[in-house]
Amino acid sequence: MLLIGAEDEEKWLAEGIAGIQHNAFYLHRALDSNNLRDALKYSAQMLSELRTSKLSPQKYYELYMRAFDELRILEMFFKDESKHGVSVVDLYELVQHAGNILPRLYLLCTVGSVYIKSKEAPAKELLQDLVEMCHGVQHPIRGLFLRSYLAQISRDKLLDIGSDYEGDAETVMDAVEFILENFTEMNKLWVRMQLEGPGRVREKREKERSALQELVGKNLHVLSQIEGVDLEIYKETVLPRVLEQVVNCKDDLSQYYLMDCIIQVFPDEYHLQTLEMLLAAFPQVQPTVDIKTVLSRLMDRLSKYAASSADVLTEFLQVEAFTKLSNAIEKVIKMQVDMPAVGAITLYVSLLTFTLRVHPDRLDYVDQVLGACVKKLSSIPKLEDRWATKQLVALLSAPLEKYNDTVTALTLSNYPRVMDHLDNGTNKVMAMVIIESIMKNNTCISTADKVEVLFELIKGLIKDLDGATDELDEEDFKDEQNSVAKLIHMLYNNEPEEMLKIICIVWKHIMAGGPKRLPFTVPSLVFSALRLVRQMQGQEGDIVGEEVPATPKKIFQLLSQMIEALSAVPSPELALRLYLQCAKAANGCDLEYVAYEFFTQVFVLYEEEIANSKAQVTAIHLIIGALQRMNVFNVENRDTLTHKTTGYSARLLKKPDQCRAVYACSHLFWVDGQDGIRDGERVLLCLKRALRIANAAQQMASIARDSSGPLTLFVEILNKYLYYFEKGNKQITAAAIQHLIELINTEMQSDSATSDAFLASTLRYIQFQKQRGGVMGAKFESIKL
Amino acid sequence: MVLVLAIGDLHIPHRAPDLPPKFKSMLVPGKIQHIICTGNLCIEEVHDYFKTLCPDLHITRGEYDEDSRYPENKTLTIGQFKLGICHGHQVIPWGDLDSLAMVQRQLDVDILVTGHTHQFKAYKHEGGVVINPGSATGAYSSFTYDVNPSFVLMDIDGLRVVVYVYELIDGEVKVDKIDFKKTATASAH
Repeated sequence: MLLIGAEDEEKWLAEGIAGIQHNAFYLHRALDSNNLRDALKYSAQMLSELRTSKLSPQKYYELYMRAFDELRILEMFFKDESKHGVSVVDLYELVQHAGNILPRLYLLCTVGSVYIKSKEAPAKELLQDLVEMCHGVQHPIRGLFLRSYLAQISRDKLLDIGSDYEGDAETVMDAVEFILENFTEMNKLWVRMQLEGPGRVREKREKERSALQELVGKNLHVLSQIEGVDLEIYKETVLPRVLEQVVNCKDDLSQYYLMDCIIQVFPDEYHLQTLEMLLAAFPQVQPTVDIKTVLSRLMDRLSKYAASSADVLTEFLQVEAFTKLSNAIEKVIKMQVDMPAVGAITLYVSLLTFTLRVHPDRLDYVDQVLGACVKKLSSIPKLEDRWATKQLVALLSAPLEKYNDTVTALTLSNYPRVMDHLDNGTNKVMAMVIIESIMKNNTCISTADKVEVLFELIKGLIKDLDGATDELDEEDFKDEQNSVAKLIHMLYNNEPEEMLKIICIVWKHIMAGGPKRLPFTVPSLVFSALRLVRQMQGQEGDIVGEEVPATPKKIFQLLSQMIEALSAVPSPELALRLYLQCAKAANGCDLEYVAYEFFTQVFVLYEEEIANSKAQVTAIHLIIGALQRMNVFNVENRDTLTHKTTGYSARLLKKPDQCRAVYACSHLFWVDGQDGIRDGERVLLCLKRALRIANAAQQMASIARDSSGPLTLFVEILNKYLYYFEKGNKQITAAAIQHLIELINTEMQSDSATSDAFLASTLRYIQFQKQRGGVMGAKFESIKL
Repeated sequence: MVLVLAIGDLHIPHRAPDLPPKFKSMLVPGKIQHIICTGNLCIEEVHDYFKTLCPDLHITRGEYDEDSRYPENKTLTIGQFKLGICHGHQVIPWGDLDSLAMVQRQLDVDILVTGHTHQFKAYKHEGGVVINPGSATGAYSSFTYDVNPSFVLMDIDGLRVVVYVYELIDGEVKVDKIDFKKTATASAH
């Protein structure tokens, strides 16, 4: 077997072209001198160049085009009888004397074109004649181009025949028959190229063949353009014949190209009405054909068609498009045993897209598609193919995008089953997609059942899945958990019973999240529960008769559990804050014991877990602030807690911190409002203690400099004195205030600008109060500056 | 005219998922010259969001903030005004205006911006003005049962500051404004 080198081919092509040009020269001369005999001689010689077997299809095409151009000139000559004096009928006879069959047929076709246009014989007969005569050339490439030439020159005439202008039903059928015949033969030749021809590697041959595919496809184009070819003719004649050829030729390239061509070329309306016939061909093609791509394209086209108008939509229902497509897919998957998972999934994605566009209200269809996918996935081991995974994500995202209300997706029973087949990483990605969809659409998930389904779906985020590798990017992990935290706020029901159920379900899921996740998720749930407590407070009055199971007490029990789990992480600072929130909420519900219990937990955490001094300072202020506002405690309990608080305040590490915490504690003994405590003496005790600490701090500062300076502390305490003085604490006297001011002034020799300004503005304030006149003015009058 | 956004107590994601959409559409980058944030964002994502609105961002620490490096309080000068920021959980009793006035004197500022209570307040006293922009997300607060999302925009022009408060009430954004004038001789420090 000779291996053809590219150089050799170039050489032969050049030779062929030279041959054509050589004969063309003489042909033109003959035409110019109206010499028919010579014209025929030289044109036949020229056409002999096309008899070569040495060229590849692309090169042959180049040669063919040269000849084609010359034949156009020849045709014009033939048409003008005055030039050569021979009638077209005789001409037709004359050209048959050409020696070799190929030139003979080219000339016949050329004359035939003129003959048909002259209308001296019925077009039908001529065309039949020509198409049959072409049988004589069985060489694939030569035959293909010859028939292509025939198709080309007959095209105009066929369109005329098929149009209303020219014909009746019969003549339309004639045109159709002609084209189908030519098409069938061309396809056969094209397929034969795969098996015959000069020795070439299979891929190369396929590539060469692909270059010629449009020659075959053109026939279908022409068919689609003939006006007289209506749905009836398409259904009864055209489609069955074309499909027959496609299936029978058993050639991969041809089947793929032609199936696609049919779909692209003929109107969608026709496809819809012949859906069953069309789909029946799909499973019948060779198993190696990538028919799923064609099927997907068909579904995409039909989807778009469905969107074009409402009437069209009813047609879809009428022909039961969904069911037919669904069945066709199953058959194709079954038939193509070697189809990789990604292929099947792609088909389901196309079908789902179709369903969402055409039948968005049919959730059962949507679920069915997902179910079919699950079935397929169950028959294969766990997916590892990235492309397939991507397609699955597309499959799952489609309903979310379509139905803005994510809750709808939650009702699809097969949805979680599809998710189960994702690998852990993708599962989490999908979970994030779901959460984002909910957040974006501001969807509220309002029943316990739906919350349960939702949390099953996102379980990849909630806890470590089996076999999960711990390669967690910290940033990603944070994002995931914060998303879950935000999600919790989207779960809400007005009915306290249902809301409590929801909270319990969420807790059940997130408690399995482990120490890494609890600090992110627990706070959200805690506040969600506190909101419920508040809501129930408001509704307390409405509870009539039988005991309502959902009570604030129950919720506090749950809260206690949650925060305990959180503090065990360990996350003591956060837990302390949350316990305080609960205590405040219990206060609002008048539950003294519960509030006290929470404060106990607060102190336990403070004592045992919070060692960092800065954290202690913040914590103690939070405790003081909260306790100051509590009004539910009896005297004894309040005393115990206050005592503990002041104790801790005085034991903070740094003196300035101690001082500030202690004078803050003074407010524990003075609460505005009707029932508020007003223990002037204890207040003064605190302030005096703060002064002593400030003094000590000052002494220490002379050894080690403190930037805020102990002097500031004195001015702060002075401000507190003024505060209580104004409020009417009898224990705070004007004299004491004066004394303090003098003390500060004395110390002021050495010091920092800040204290200066602070003291100055404080004094200015006193001045201002004096000038106010009235009761306040009189009071302040007694302070001598 | 200098626009200063005062905002805080968002408590994202602990108590709220996001800013109300109506607020988000109003807060557009490039219009605001400074942002003052009282604290309790609580996560980095909110910090980043503020940064996109305006690069000049001043934040103080709230007790739930993820980033513990924010300062307890901060002062800055904008035009003729000295502003101070402090979240307020450190000031006992919480929300007490007299105690806040003391902090104002201590920081030596004309305007003190503070939070914690989730209640909008704009209060003038002898030493200056205290502004609480409330909670931008209407987050749960032990202080009050009725929290409407709110934030404040201050327009500082010479010796005058106009305080615009934006509140989301029943789904509609309501705006109110309060004028404050600073006397040239006050707070000369």
